[in-house]
Amino acid sequence: MAQLALSRGGAPRRSLLAGNALPILVFAAFALLPLFAAFKAEAYVLGLVTRVMIFAIAALSLDLLVGYGALISFGHAAFIGLGAYAVGILGAHGLHDALITLPVALAVSALFAWVTGIVCLRTKGAYFIMITLAFSQMAFFIATSLAPYGGDDGLTIRVRSTLAGSPILANDRALYYVCLACLIGAYLLCRALIASRFGRVYRGARENAARMGTIGFEVYRFQLVMYVIAGMLAGLAGFLLGNATDFVSPAFMSWQRSGDLLIMVILGGMGTLNGAIVGAAAFLLTEEWLSGLTEHWKVIFGPLLVLVAVFARGGLIGVGTRLRGMLRG
Amino acid sequence: MSLTLLIVQTLNGLQLGVLLFLIAAGLTLVFGVMDFINLAHGVQYMLGAYLAVMFYGLTGNFLFALVLALGAALVFGLILEFAVFRHLYDRDHLDQVIATFGIIIFLNQGVKLLWGASPLSLPMPEIFSGSVVLMPGILYPVWRLVIIGSGLAVALILYLLVGHTRVGMLVRAGATNAPMVSALGVNIRRLFMIVFGFGTMLAGFAGIMIAPILSVEPGMGDTILILAFVVIVIGGIGSIRGAFLAALIIGLVDTLGRSFAVDILRLFMAPSPARTVGPAIASMLIYLLMAVVLYLRPAGLFPAKGRA
Repeated sequence: MAQLALSRGGAPRRSLLAGNALPILVFAAFALLPLFAAFKAEAYVLGLVTRVMIFAIAALSLDLLVGYGALISFGHAAFIGLGAYAVGILGAHGLHDALITLPVALAVSALFAWVTGIVCLRTKGAYFIMITLAFSQMAFFIATSLAPYGGDDGLTIRVRSTLAGSPILANDRALYYVCLACLIGAYLLCRALIASRFGRVYRGARENAARMGTIGFEVYRFQLVMYVIAGMLAGLAGFLLGNATDFVSPAFMSWQRSGDLLIMVILGGMGTLNGAIVGAAAFLLTEEWLSGLTEHWKVIFGPLLVLVAVFARGGLIGVGTRLRGMLRG
Repeated sequence: MSLTLLIVQTLNGLQLGVLLFLIAAGLTLVFGVMDFINLAHGVQYMLGAYLAVMFYGLTGNFLFALVLALGAALVFGLILEFAVFRHLYDRDHLDQVIATFGIIIFLNQGVKLLWGASPLSLPMPEIFSGSVVLMPGILYPVWRLVIIGSGLAVALILYLLVGHTRVGMLVRAGATNAPMVSALGVNIRRLFMIVFGFGTMLAGFAGIMIAPILSVEPGMGDTILILAFVVIVIGGIGSIRGAFLAALIIGLVDTLGRSFAVDILRLFMAPSPARTVGPAIASMLIYLLMAVVLYLRPAGLFPAKGRA
């Protein structure tokens, strides 16, 4: 709190820390965790947190659309599936190197985002929600018909991606740190995007698209570019997820998955990149914790979401901000 | 692709369409009048089916089970409205999404806790259990005809209610401009509650009617919910007429697509790829249709006046 007060006073070095305290703390915790995990069930902890970081990347990219552009996509899981299938399908043909599979994953996601974005961005509001859902359902059903690649049952990824020939990702810790690096990279990219001139026009369109149009910006193009970028970031998450789980199936693209992603973003607090990371972590860790308690954990998890929706305006980040405000009096 | 099969599948498509209309009608009213995205509408359909199974077990009579389950579905819907939804009417769509998503998760697991995870079944009434000869050589189950008939009857009742009564007039006005209706001195909260309860009951009714031919199981509302959303979006949000026509279109396209996609593809390609690609295309058909409709008409086929 003192830091926030100081930042208004204009001490530049302190204010830098004040705005970034949460992400620095979170990333540091992620970075140090493997050291502590070594004493406990390491594989389990690493696997769980790797998952958290991967979904945090996907949630960040969805937040670009939902939080900063009011483009509520109900089909974001499709990109995760595309990324993971790129690893799986190329792998089935003996192409394992990330120098090939990653660009393919990103290119396929970008292409899918571009083609569907052209159609989706013609619509608004609830219609946009539904048409993004429609396209992800199409991707889902295409995946179920891929009989040579497992169809409904999915595809086991036998070999993890190699990095320029070196099988370094086969090590769980190495994969963990690659995911962390990707998460930090995605976070910085999103921040830079939002702060840029491009991002300001894009955010302006959320507030008043007609006015942005009148000033002379073709809003549609800005939204389409952002849609493609968000799709590629989610494709990256899919690439990592395929490697982390050694498996890909149509379920990666199901609309329930897209719903989960939306919940993560809203739970953490939309339109705050920190919120997307916090939301993904809170969602997955609560799920993990409750499912350890009882087989019927969803009976508890469901009402928790209802309580968050009714009482926690602005998500967990919003609650944190309000608490800080109250403490300051 | 025989004529017999075509007729039977067309009737099946009609039956699915009518069922979708029963669910979509409540959904589109709640969405159109209250601007409320109720993802929990599908679990109310599931709940209707489960309640009917429970009351059938208690009374042994389908008619009693139907009436009791309808009443219970209505009460449950009103409880949900009172406890959760009314706090979210003037909130962001996303708050509504997260809350109703939570209710889905809760109820899907709740029915598993109460009634077990394995599918249940509801016997249909004795008199309607047979088949009827439509034409020489075409037998069709009576119960499906009963579903089609009752769905069309509900559509007619809705048409009269919405088009020709005072409450209906207020509902239409509310769908067009809720703040204005409220400013004219109408108790919009009470109107919301009536619309909501009614929509819930229709979803429950759909669940009860379909229970004898489908297995009653957790999650049965999820797929149908997505289909119902497709219906109301294609029809135009808030438009009952749009929902009716879109429901029939979707029901027919989906059913006929699933029955004949492979046959049609075989006209162009070898049998074995046709067998692989066919089912996928059939499943995608309605989403393709939705994408095309929304591309050409971004507010649906029959946008409610004043909302487009």
